[in-house]
Amino acid sequence: MDKIIIESLSLQYSDGTESLRDISLGIREKAVTVLFGPAGGGKSSLLRCLNRLNDLTEVQTVSGRILLDGENILDPKTDTITLRRKVGMVFARPVVLPFSIRGNLVYGLEVMGEKRRSRLDEAVERSLRQAALWDEVKDRLDDPAVALSGGQQQRLCLARSLALEPEVILLDEPTSGLDPISTGKVEASLLELKKQYTIILVPHSVQQAARTADFAAFFLQGELIEYGDGKELFTNPQDQRTEEYITGRFG
Amino acid sequence: MKRTFSLNRHLVQRLGFGLITLIALGTVIPIVMVVIYIAVEGGPAISWEFITGFPREGMRQGGILPAIIGTFYLTLGTAVFSVPLGVAAAIYLSEYAQDNWLTRLIRIAIINLAGIPSVVYGLFGLGLFVLFLRFGTSILSASLTLSIMTLPVIISTAEESLRSVPQAFRTVSISLGATRWQTIRRIVLPEALPGIITGVILGLERAAGETAPILFTGAAFFLPRLPGSPFDATMALPYHLFVISTQVPEMPFQIQYGTALVLIAFVLGMNLVATVIRSRARARRQW
Repeated sequence: MDKIIIESLSLQYSDGTESLRDISLGIREKAVTVLFGPAGGGKSSLLRCLNRLNDLTEVQTVSGRILLDGENILDPKTDTITLRRKVGMVFARPVVLPFSIRGNLVYGLEVMGEKRRSRLDEAVERSLRQAALWDEVKDRLDDPAVALSGGQQQRLCLARSLALEPEVILLDEPTSGLDPISTGKVEASLLELKKQYTIILVPHSVQQAARTADFAAFFLQGELIEYGDGKELFTNPQDQRTEEYITGRFG
Repeated sequence: MKRTFSLNRHLVQRLGFGLITLIALGTVIPIVMVVIYIAVEGGPAISWEFITGFPREGMRQGGILPAIIGTFYLTLGTAVFSVPLGVAAAIYLSEYAQDNWLTRLIRIAIINLAGIPSVVYGLFGLGLFVLFLRFGTSILSASLTLSIMTLPVIISTAEESLRSVPQAFRTVSISLGATRWQTIRRIVLPEALPGIITGVILGLERAAGETAPILFTGAAFFLPRLPGSPFDATMALPYHLFVISTQVPEMPFQIQYGTALVLIAFVLGMNLVATVIRSRARARRQW
């Protein structure tokens, strides 16, 4: 079943640059959908539409619809706070907030008014386990989060999103700054997480795209070139441009 | 040939650096000399009675307690008005304001406010607070006048420290479902606080040492008792120093320098607090 349906979405930044042109795409529930393609193709812009984080940037004109469970989230009346709880995000560079490890994890819950210690503790442990970080940090939850290594920080960021029990997780090149071992850990977490969550990943390489994709969408200069089953797309691409990119002839 | 040329270049560089270092050191000389001179001249005047007593014999003897207390009240009063206003304005400018003509107008106003001579503030305070609003010559009028003078300092340093908080913190906070205000209150403001406090202290320190703005708005030549309410006039250290240096014949030098020493200690003490806060925050900073 499609969790998100994008209908002829176009997006233009206020300086006139066009970022997305007439994108239509269905995003399957409880699976990893990979948005890949060369830089500047509009993948990040699309991600940021899905939790309305583009509200913060100098956008723009947006047209089209994005239906999340049948509701158009681009509607100005959409409650963005509730939306962002449902649609969590992990950024390319791990940004830990200037709090303790635990402080980072409970931040999202606290701003929505959760005060019960038991609920917060439960969320801390659950989310850290989901992000495969629990064993490494369980004895030092009150240490500053910046003391963690880069790979740990990025898994903490993932855990921080998971603490809110979102339905969709957006990941924008989450492993671009990580070593192969940390990258492997994050990818392993994603395999586990897709049983419960709808995951949309902008990978940092074609290899990662091929490794993780249940479904894959190839973006080129703001256009959706090809979309389909991950295995199918990476072994037998229909469009020549997709094939050339996958085989490394450009990019 | 080449060798001597490169030697020369080294020599020129060393001379240049030496000169620059000397000039930099030169900036330290005036402040050190002022402090030493005043400490030597005024030091002997400092006694328990000088700090805690009232002036006697037409201010030629006794202490300066009413002036110390007065300056303390004025600084406090200035803080009450200028800190909330200044920090609020800085939050608006840094976090909410769009770049449009209104914001630019506000910024130009702030810059120009900082350039106005302090005596003009005094006259303005006299017109607005003392006469028009009928607050009289009082701590209230003087504090309000000093507040206006202090605002630009507080606003610009507070805005600066708010802006130095990484943008990524805000984006992450919003993406976790926080409102803009929650983001400011829980992340941006705490991170910027040491810088804001430093700016506040530097602003207040200037207010504490000013004479002209309080001249017409709240300062008294001599009062036999301490001020009892914000509507009373008050003695103040800078004005008292002005008075005993120019208006009182046969004034013992020691008392003048003693008063100057107390004023300088007051201001440098605030400076020290600001420095400690800043360096502690820097050591604690995690990004």
